[in-house]
Amino acid sequence: MATRQTATIARFMRLPAILLLLVWMIVPLAMTLYFSFRYYNLLNPAAGGWAGLENYQYFLTDPAFWQAIRNTLAIVLGVLAITVAGGIGIALLIDQPIFGQGIVRILVISPFFVMPPVAALVWKNMILHPGYGVAADIAKFFGAQPVDWFASYPLFSIIVIVAWQWLPFATLILLTSLQSLDGEQKEAAEMDGAGIWSRFWHLTLPHMARAITIVILIQTIFLLGVYAEILVTTNGGPGYASTNLPFLIYRAARLSNDVGGAAAGGIVAVVLANIVAIFLMRAVGKNLD
Amino acid sequence: MARAVSTRTRLGYTAAAWIVALLIAFPIVYALVTSFKTEQEAIAGFDLIPSFTLESYRAVQSQNDYFRPFMNSVILAVGSTLLGLLVGIPAAWAMAFSPTKRTKDVLMWMLSTKMMPAAAVLVPIYLMFIWFGLLDTHLGITVVLMLINLPIIVWMLYTYFREIPGEILEAARMDGASLWGEIWHVLTPMAIPGIASTMLLNIILAWNESFWTILLTTTNAAPLTAFIASFSSPQGLFWAKLSAASVMAIAPILIMGWFSQKQLVRGLTFGAVK
Repeated sequence: MATRQTATIARFMRLPAILLLLVWMIVPLAMTLYFSFRYYNLLNPAAGGWAGLENYQYFLTDPAFWQAIRNTLAIVLGVLAITVAGGIGIALLIDQPIFGQGIVRILVISPFFVMPPVAALVWKNMILHPGYGVAADIAKFFGAQPVDWFASYPLFSIIVIVAWQWLPFATLILLTSLQSLDGEQKEAAEMDGAGIWSRFWHLTLPHMARAITIVILIQTIFLLGVYAEILVTTNGGPGYASTNLPFLIYRAARLSNDVGGAAAGGIVAVVLANIVAIFLMRAVGKNLD
Repeated sequence: MARAVSTRTRLGYTAAAWIVALLIAFPIVYALVTSFKTEQEAIAGFDLIPSFTLESYRAVQSQNDYFRPFMNSVILAVGSTLLGLLVGIPAAWAMAFSPTKRTKDVLMWMLSTKMMPAAAVLVPIYLMFIWFGLLDTHLGITVVLMLINLPIIVWMLYTYFREIPGEILEAARMDGASLWGEIWHVLTPMAIPGIASTMLLNIILAWNESFWTILLTTTNAAPLTAFIASFSSPQGLFWAKLSAASVMAIAPILIMGWFSQKQLVRGLTFGAVK
């Protein structure tokens, strides 16, 4: 029963947040769109004017662009595969009657709270380093040649680091969903003589479907923007081997000072994110009330 | 639930779970161990027993002016969170208690702003920071951090506020309470836990934000994310010192995170999983 007075007040309470987000969304995006059609280099202010579609042509025909798209998708899909599969497995394991469940939970979710530069540097220097890393120690122990992970498999190494950061998130959400599964239902299925696999396929997995969809949606948003992990480990290289789209845009903007080219790349990133968003929102829409 | 589980099965699950948990936490544990080693020990091969020296911690604090990035992290994370709550609480409040036909759409639209790739607006934000002299200032980064987390703040608060029963409001209105009296005496006590959870999660997210904080700062306003990232080149810190700096950078948030597991799920899934 909102009176007219409270309705007016409510409008004013909503307004600042909506206006701020509106400005935050529209102004930079409009500027990106504008710059994407301009010649604009920070180091060469003399060269200006309309570029038509030249920035896009330049950006889209650059072989590095297609590699960056492939790398972006590889990071998103690789990390999703590892975290969803691993998350389901670990959530099922922790949900069993185990001793010290609280501490196990704390250990498992900890990587999520580690800031990306720290996570990346710890993995780079102490785990995967070919001379001093634990991976090299293990290889030497078995008499194998240590692998220079970031030089030989740069993209794979980054996927491993990012998956390590997001595995706790997937696990925690799937565990939360698992714990809301009705115990009686589980028991009934057990009484009916349903085996472990049959219970998993017909009861547990369908129950977790919504949580899995949400994990995929939210992680995809963040995984499309992986940046710091690349910056402190491979710096996008060797060559463009581990450059994703955000990193390519960063290279154009900050290293080449090519505002127009970076803006065109930004618009491409928006289009890509929107395709993913529409695709995912439709999938999630069925699950959300 | 009286499910009979034999002790042996239980021990089996326990062992498996602990092995997995320790493997996942290993890089953090190893960084902690390394931070207590001498620099020679740190590169001497795998060893979980350090000589427990605090030398690295001392060195990081004295040589590298660790205090400033730490304080910057505190200022930016807490500042942007308080600013976000200042704008977010009224908005979420109005949406929860005086919803209109468009409230759901507005919330979905706010969620969609989170999907805008940061790289897409890197150029204009960077240029605006140059034009307005905001590069490497606390004000500039605080505002950006507030804006990128505002949708999460509004959503999270909205899901908490919606659980406060509306009848209490109406009863207070019947008793002739004014709008502000209603808010202050009836709703605030019920809203505090939700606001506290939102604050906690938001501080964690702002503390760890590693795109804008690295790109828009150099020294003056650079938080720990930028400070640590600057050691990506081999010169500078050695590994024991790097570990010490890393441990100090993540410890406060790690501890906060352990206490906010439930809120984390709710906040990051926009209330869709509780």
